[in-house]
Parts: sequence; C-alpha cells; structure tokens
Amino acid sequence: MSELFLVAEVAGQSIAVASRSVESVVDLGEVTPTPLAARHVLGLATLRSRIVTVIDTAGTLTGTPSTGRPRRAIVSAIEGHHYAFVVDALDDVAMFAAQPLESGVALAGAWAGATSGLVEQGGTSALVVDLSALVPGIQGSRVN
Amino acid sequence: MDDLLQEFIAETRETAEALAGEIVAWEAAPGDRGRLDGIFRFVHTVKGSCGFLDLPRLERLAHAAEDTLAAVRDGRRVPDRAMVDAVLAIVDRITEIVDAMERGTPLDDGGEDLLIAALDGSAAPQAVESLVTPASPVAARAPMRSVRLGVDLLDRMMSGMSDMVLARNELARRLRAGDVDPSAEAALERLSATVAEMRETVTRTRMQKIDALFSALPRLVRDTAASVGKRIVLDIEGSDVELDREMIEVMRDPLVHIIRNSIDHGIEDGTARLAAGKPEAGRLTVSARQAGNQIVVEVVDDGRGIDTDRVIAKLVANGRDERSLRQLPEREKLALIFEPGFSTKDDVTAISGRGVGMDVVRAAIDGIGGRIELDSTPGRGLRLAIHVPLTLSILSTIVVAVGGQRLAIPRGVIEEIVSVRAAGVSVDTLGGQPVAMVRGRRLPMVTLSSLLGLAPADAAPNMLVIANVGPGALVIGVDDVLDHEELVIKPAAPAVMSAGVYAGQALPDSGRPMLLVDCAGVAHRANISFRREAPVATDTDAEQAAPGIEVLTFHDLDGVLRALPLAAVDRIETIAAHQLHRAGGRLRLHLDGVLVPLAALGDLPGGSFAALRLRDGTTEIAYAIGEASDIVRLPAELAAPAAPGAIAGVALYGDEPVELVDPLWLFAGHADVAAAEHKPLALLDEGEGGWMAIFLAPMLRGAGWRVAARLSEGEQADVVIRLDDDAPAAGDAAVVRLVTDPAAARRGDAIHRYDRAGLLAAVGARLEQRR
Repeated sequence: MSELFLVAEVAGQSIAVASRSVESVVDLGEVTPTPLAARHVLGLATLRSRIVTVIDTAGTLTGTPSTGRPRRAIVSAIEGHHYAFVVDALDDVAMFAAQPLESGVALAGAWAGATSGLVEQGGTSALVVDLSALVPGIQGSRVN
Repeated sequence: MDDLLQEFIAETRETAEALAGEIVAWEAAPGDRGRLDGIFRFVHTVKGSCGFLDLPRLERLAHAAEDTLAAVRDGRRVPDRAMVDAVLAIVDRITEIVDAMERGTPLDDGGEDLLIAALDGSAAPQAVESLVTPASPVAARAPMRSVRLGVDLLDRMMSGMSDMVLARNELARRLRAGDVDPSAEAALERLSATVAEMRETVTRTRMQKIDALFSALPRLVRDTAASVGKRIVLDIEGSDVELDREMIEVMRDPLVHIIRNSIDHGIEDGTARLAAGKPEAGRLTVSARQAGNQIVVEVVDDGRGIDTDRVIAKLVANGRDERSLRQLPEREKLALIFEPGFSTKDDVTAISGRGVGMDVVRAAIDGIGGRIELDSTPGRGLRLAIHVPLTLSILSTIVVAVGGQRLAIPRGVIEEIVSVRAAGVSVDTLGGQPVAMVRGRRLPMVTLSSLLGLAPADAAPNMLVIANVGPGALVIGVDDVLDHEELVIKPAAPAVMSAGVYAGQALPDSGRPMLLVDCAGVAHRANISFRREAPVATDTDAEQAAPGIEVLTFHDLDGVLRALPLAAVDRIETIAAHQLHRAGGRLRLHLDGVLVPLAALGDLPGGSFAALRLRDGTTEIAYAIGEASDIVRLPAELAAPAAPGAIAGVALYGDEPVELVDPLWLFAGHADVAAAEHKPLALLDEGEGGWMAIFLAPMLRGAGWRVAARLSEGEQADVVIRLDDDAPAAGDAAVVRLVTDPAAARRGDAIHRYDRAGLLAAVGARLEQRR
C-alpha cells in the first residue's frame, strides 16, 4: 500500500517520514536555548506565533550531538506539543510503499528503535522514521 | 421542558446559596421584614415552579417551609433557633434534591417527614391552615439581562484571545521590520487598541464576584461555632471584589479550612475570653481587596494567636530536632504550622483536626501562584492574608537576563529585588552553600546562570531576586533585571519541563520564546530543601546542611562523650537498681516483662541510671549511659579507631571529640546471637570505599542492616543499592537506585541520594517483598 512520504537527509542518511505526521516544513529562525532540558533538545523557536521545541534529529539518532546551526526542520505535533525536527536537507515528497527491513540488517544506536522499514527510490533507499519515537521524555519515546 | 428544568435547577441552586447568609442574618434580627420576605419568596418560588414542573417532593418541602414562614410573617409565630434550624435544613434538602436531579442520581427521601415536622417545633403534626398567599411579590424579581454559559466555552474564548494577542504581536513585528506605510501603522494601532480592550473584556468574563466565595461563610461560621459551643460575630468586607472564577474554586476549600481553624483553635471559648478581658463573643473578619494585580483575602480573628512554643513542642514530639526549630526566626516559627501533618490541637476535633492540614491549604494557594502571610499577636489574635494573582492565564512577570538569555520570573513569588551593591546586602559562602545577607536576613542563594550551566559555578550575580518558594525564601542571583511583562503562559514540551526548573513557556512581544522560571524547582535543583533537615532556611549553618549521620550524644559511664546513631535508639529509660539482673555472666534488664541484654562501657553506678533502648527489628538491647546530651548531626568523615571494637570512629562536634558507638557491634556482642544472624544484608554495589560506604553504611547499620561492599562466598544480598547506575541486579536481589540529580529522582522510581527517609522506606519495602 502506497503512502505519501517526505524524504529528507539526516546525518548523511536518507530518511522518509510519513506525511500524515508532518504538519509543515520550515526554515528555522533563531533558536532560544533551554538549559537543563533533556538531551538533544536544541531549544525553542517561534513559528507563526507558536512556540516549537527544536529537536536535534541527527544527535538523537546517532548519539553524537550535531554542531552546525539548525536551518531546516520538519514540524510535527506530538501529544499536544509542536516539535521541529532538524534535518540537513529536504529531498522529495512522493508516494512510496514502505517495505520491512530485510532480516539481518542491524541498525546502530537509536536508529533501530525509530525505524519501522524502508522505502526505495531509484536505487537509493531511505529509512522510514517515526518522529514520535525521537522525542525525549514522552511516553512511547525510544530514546533518552 | 428539559430546558426549563435546567433553568430551574441552576436558579434554585444560586438562590439557595445566596439565601444561606440571609437566614442566619434573619435569625439574629427576627424583626427584619426584608430578609424574611426574601426567604419566603424563595420557598414560594420553588413551590410554584415545582407544581408546574411536576416535582411533588420538592413541592411538599417548599410548601411546608412556606407555611411556617407565612405564620411568622403574619405574626402568629416568633422565630426561634429551632425553627431557623428547621428552615435551614429544608433549604439544604432542596439544594440536595436539585443537585441529585442534575446528576440524575436518585436521592433517598427518608427523613423528609421529620424535617417538615421539625418546622413547627413540637415535631407533631399541626393543622396550620394553608394560607395561600397569591399576592406574594414573585414578579418583583428584577429581570436579568444575562445568559448562562459553560465555563469551557469561556475558556476557549480566553485561549482564542491569547492566540489573537500573539498574532497581533507577530504582525506588529513584521510591520516594524519593513518600511511601513503610515496608514498601515495606524490600522495596526487600532487593531492593538481593540485587541487590548477585548482581552480585558474576555478576562472579565472569567471574573466572578468573590461574594460567590463569601456568601456561604455566615452559615459555615454559625454551624462551626455552634458545634464547638462558641459565639462568633462574623464581619465580611469587600464581597464585590472580582476574581478569576478558577481562583475562586481553588480558594474555596482553603478558606473554609482556615476559618474552621480560626474558630476551633484560634478563638477561645466564652469563659476563657472573659477571663482574658475580651468580649465573650469572638470576632472574625473576612475581607477581600484588590492590591495592584493581586487580590488579598484576609481572615482576622481576635483569638489567642499562634503559640509557637506549642507548635514546636508538637513537632518535636513528632520527631523533629528541637534545637534547630528553636533557632528559627519568629516568622518562620509561625510558618511551621504549614508543615505536613501538623495540627496544634492535642485532641482531634470533628471540625478541623481531620488530617487536612495547613500544608494542604498552602499547597493549594501555591498552586495558583499565591502566597500566605501570617501575623500573630499572642493573646490578641491572628491575621492570615492570602495573596493571589488576579487571573491565571495571563501572568505578570519580571524578565531577567541570565547568561545572555532572557527568562521570566512570576511576579507573584518575588518579594523584593535588590542590587548586590546595595547597602545592607552581601553575598557569602557558608560551608559551600552561597548565602545572601539582605538587611539581616540570611537566605540561601542560587546563581541562576551557574545552575543552568550558562556560566561557571563561581559566577557573581549583579541583582538578587528574593523569591518566596512556599516553605521559605530563596535568593536567585541574576545578571540583570530587564523589564516587566504580562505573559500568556503555556506548558512547555515534556523534554523541556523535565529540567525541573521551568514552569512554562511564553511568547513575549519580542517574538523570541521565553521560559518561565519555577522558583521552587530552582531551589530543589540547587538542593535547597526547606522542609527536611533544614527548615533553618535563613539559618543554614554548614553542619546542618552537610550530609552526615544524626546521632544522640551522651556522656558515657566512663565520662567520655559518645554518640549512637539516632535511628538505632528507641528511647531513653531510667533504670532502677532492682531492674538489673546478672544471669549467665551477662547483665540483663527487666523491662516491660522481658529480660533485655544490657551493654555498658564502664562501671555501672550503684543506684538508678539511664539506659538507651536500642531496637533492631525484633531484637532489643539496652546500653547504659551516664547522661543523654543532645541530638546532633555528625559529619560523615570519621577518624578510624585504633582497634576494631565498640567504637566505630571518632568525629569532632564543635571542639569536642565524639566517639561513635557502633550499634552493630553492640548487637553482635550482646543480643541473643540467633537474632543477629537474621539481619538482612545490603550490598553497596560501588566497589570499595565509595560514597555509599561512608554515607550510607552507618545509617543502614543503624536501621538494622548488615552492609557489605562485596558478597563473600555463598552470601546472598537482600537488597542491592546503586548510585547513578541502572544495571540490573545479579541473582534475585532487589535493586534500589540512588541518583545524585534530584530532578531525576522526581521523575522516576530512583531516590535522591540525600533522601534518607525515602531510602529507608525503599529498602524496607524491598525486604518486605522478598519475605
């Protein structure tokens, strides 16, 4: 069954996010830091008179906090709060049929918990990532 | 029909609430025709509506009350206390039935005959002629230009309003960024003005007269006073002050509790009052007034005030350290009544001593960003002032600069802001804890930029914000105080709230998100505890704050100052010579019908002597001493003794060396050996000589545990204790996790490492499970 996916690049890896979980895609302005907040929370940003919590997507998935200034992000509303997941680049929006991961493919770090399958596009593959699994500190989150 | 019924229910309830005060006032002045008419009108209206809506039960009650009141109106009866009680009971019953109708639950109609019979005093059926008075002025009620709205609709309106303000701010910012046409600017101005006005109007829809809270008080005071046999004159002022409806709901229970306390504990009974030269009837004044953006509700009585000595005695009886309580400044001694589980009255009364303490009152008020002030004059009375913000959703804040960031602090909690360089202000360090002296008050201090990791730990603040955080005051050091701003506060994402130092987030006019500081969270994060070891908030002396072991010091039989962990001491007992037995080469005491082994370091005196009874689960031993001295907290570092034995180590208390007696050694050497074998074993899983061995081991031993850093061959731990480590347990032992970070402790099942009570409870619970 095909579904609309948003394909983006995070930490050198293509990821696909189901478009039904995406509210918008934005260019982030200034990010206000949130000292002492959970790991991988970069801070707060304003988006059309709304506050979003900015999540270091790459850091969450790889365990190594990213250093560059966050620019683009995918916004998603999860459990009543808006989060902006920072991505390196946005590639495409297209219909894909998600496939399960081949058995034997072992994903490293938090990738394993957040990935539910993959989609293929012209020979390259993108991992299907569940954004709600990337939010620190909420129920159902698989990272800390 | 359904609509009519809803309308009837709402109206009946409102009128009944308003009426309670009227009936009491009428009892005091039976000649007051106006009040009588009001009450009569109520029952008459209920009766009329009931007939129309076919509600026979209500009709019967209302009818009976109407008959009685009509008799009074005609001068055929004189109202007396019994009759007022009966009328009140009927009004109550009507409200109950109406409530039950609204909920759709059945209500037993038992006793209604009695209620009706009580109306005529004799409780016997009386053939009062049915005096129908169709001329009664039902139509005289003023026509109301109002509609009933659900509170959630108002809430939605309010939240829409907040969003509108934010959108306006955004628009203003965008316009300012570009080159603006003056006409656009004028339009924006107009929009701003309208939005501001709307915001005020919408805010007002959430407002309610505080009368909604006060109208029930005359009845409450009357009933409470009657049940304790006191006479009280109640004065109510400022009923027309308006307050956020939600605030009114939150304040309802605390106010009732405070008033009951005043009547029960504060105001003396008639004889005592006369003896003290006061009028026989106590006086209680409840007033409300607006002060800036706060509402102050005051409850003033002319009773005996708070006797701080009794308060302290009570807390000491509950196991608190008397010395540290006595050292508190007067203001904080008064505040001790807010300690959890506290109640001054020695015997629990039906009125106020039912477990809901002033701590609950304080928690409720804290919850809405308010605070409580106490002002007691012994023998003359108590003034209790509740300060609450006008509204919940828009918060008045002070914006501060911290490490290059802007943060908001709720204005409600701020007592004062002073510059570090101001006269009478100094910053110092006491035992590693930064302390600010502000005009003689010594307050614990937290430098916010350091706490948040935005600056090195020794960063020096420029401005000091004195914040009231429930149990005590705290100084928050900031770089600068920037502005005052009204903010719409919303909860932040859990990942941000988990820091434990924020109360929410807001979008100020600048368009850059701002976090609201939770001052109580800051205190917690900085390990400033006002409730536990150190209610000595302004008096934090290094030894008190430092972790260590609480011990009982005593002069031993050989004159040496020694100490035993307090946890091991059950009580002190004076032993008469005849209670001492020598049997089987051992000393035993005959205590409460059993023989208890006695340990002593030194020669027993000839006559009577004091002994400490040490209990460890079911095993008990006694330890003879010369004289008990004090309860103190010893530093954890103990100088090791020359040889292993009764003395676990030596510590300095003040200038004097204190030998800490090892309770384990005492039990091992004196208790009946079989019992000692059964001590549970706690494994401190941290390798050798770590934090736990120094800090936890003495406490656990005191509580009857054996403690080991590693298991020997064939040994099985009952509990494994780990610090900042969540590896699973080996074997089937239960794991108790300790954490250094108090915020982490609040989130999960882990225990903060200085939470002595929490740890003991946890190991105890694990042991229970195993058994």
